[in-house]
Amino acid sequence: MCKDCGCSLTSEGHAHHHDHGHDHLMTNPQLNDKKTLSVIHKILDKNDIEAAHNREHFEQHGVMAFNLMSSPGSGKTTLLEHLTNYTDQRYCVIEGDLETSRDADRLKAKGINAVQIQTGSACHLDAFMVHGALHQQPLDNMDICFVENVGNLVCPASYDVGTHKNVVLVSVPEGEDKIEKYPVMFRKADVVFITKCDLLPYFDFDPEVAKAAVLKLNPEAKVINVSVKEPESMKAVAQWFATELAAFNRTLASKTEEPA
Amino acid sequence: MHEFSIVSALINQCEELAAENKATGIARVAVKIGALSGVEPQLVKTAFDTFREDGICRGAELEMEIAPLELDCRACGAHSIPDEIAYLCPACQSRDIKVSGGEEMLLMQLELMYD
Ligand SMILES: Nc1nc2c(ncn2[C@@H]2O[C@H](COP(=O)(O)OP(=O)(O)OP(=O)(O)O)[C@@H](O)[C@H]2O)c(=O)[nH]1
Ligand SMILES: [Mg+2]
Ligand SMILES: [Zn+2]
Ligand SMILES: [Zn+2]
Ligand SMILES: [Zn+2]
Repeated sequence: MCKDCGCSLTSEGHAHHHDHGHDHLMTNPQLNDKKTLSVIHKILDKNDIEAAHNREHFEQHGVMAFNLMSSPGSGKTTLLEHLTNYTDQRYCVIEGDLETSRDADRLKAKGINAVQIQTGSACHLDAFMVHGALHQQPLDNMDICFVENVGNLVCPASYDVGTHKNVVLVSVPEGEDKIEKYPVMFRKADVVFITKCDLLPYFDFDPEVAKAAVLKLNPEAKVINVSVKEPESMKAVAQWFATELAAFNRTLASKTEEPA
Repeated sequence: MHEFSIVSALINQCEELAAENKATGIARVAVKIGALSGVEPQLVKTAFDTFREDGICRGAELEMEIAPLELDCRACGAHSIPDEIAYLCPACQSRDIKVSGGEEMLLMQLELMYD
């Protein structure tokens, strides 16, 4: 598939993704005209291979990628619009929506490089869709690439799109019970942003309860309370990304130092 | 409704494996779906019934095993199947656990037919 995309990934690590043969396949003896074939095969393995390819792409350009997921309207695009005021890191965005290029247009209006993917009927992004879009981004000039997934707390959780970390947003008006109701999504999160925290006085949302619910699913996750109207919280967001990026760059550097 | 995309990937796999093994039909497709894999078994069934119609999976039976969440505790060594969705060891409450089942989406077996 990378032959088709024309991208020039040549590393050995890349090549071996393609000979994922069915060597683990075992065949039972014949029974008349029927044969039982025992395989253990990830159903989404084609997507996973493409996702690994995307990750290598990002890494070759020294770019760290984040997958932003939440229900519709939790504030993904707004966060990306505001983040530019709090960080020196150069970032671009791959936007996924069922219809319209409104979100990409909003970001472009802020001077942020954005490419829109219209998924049509697909309620999630997969690695193939992201691959198509990442070739349209000037990755060499970037530190970070954000993938804003389709607003949906269910389907995007099943697809690795080739990013390095998952960011899941849940906004105060949605209620803290969303975490328990959509465990698969919150299980995937490396960080959870509780957004629209300026609205806490108007809702019965307890950030501590929300945090406990996240940690029950995901002991390793970080939880950060955010409001785009509260600069201190936006600084904490920028700081989280900066810390992640620094760790990513250290790992990349140690990888390239290793003799081939 | 990503179940439709997942089932179309599954059917693709079945077609490839049938072709590799020069089979002329598929009688049974066995899958293992983790309770926390993020797919709804009923929707997988519906999608399978819809998509199998125009290919080698026509008439194939879908056998679905739902795998519960299974944890191995690194602190006390207990293996457990918790009755609520919580990623901590029910025996010692440690969060230092390894998930050994319940999040997978696997094709396990195919029963191939030959004319
Ligand atoms: N009060 C308040 N409103 C916010 C905040 N962040 C976002 N909003 C509002 O929430 C609404 C939805 O925000 P978006 O950024 O479009 O949400 P989204 O997650 O990108 O939505 P989709 O892409 O459609 O899934 C907008 O009206 C925002 O102004 C916040 O921190 N505080
Ligand atoms: Mg948006
Ligand atoms: Zn490529
Ligand atoms: Zn869906
Ligand atoms: Zn234990």
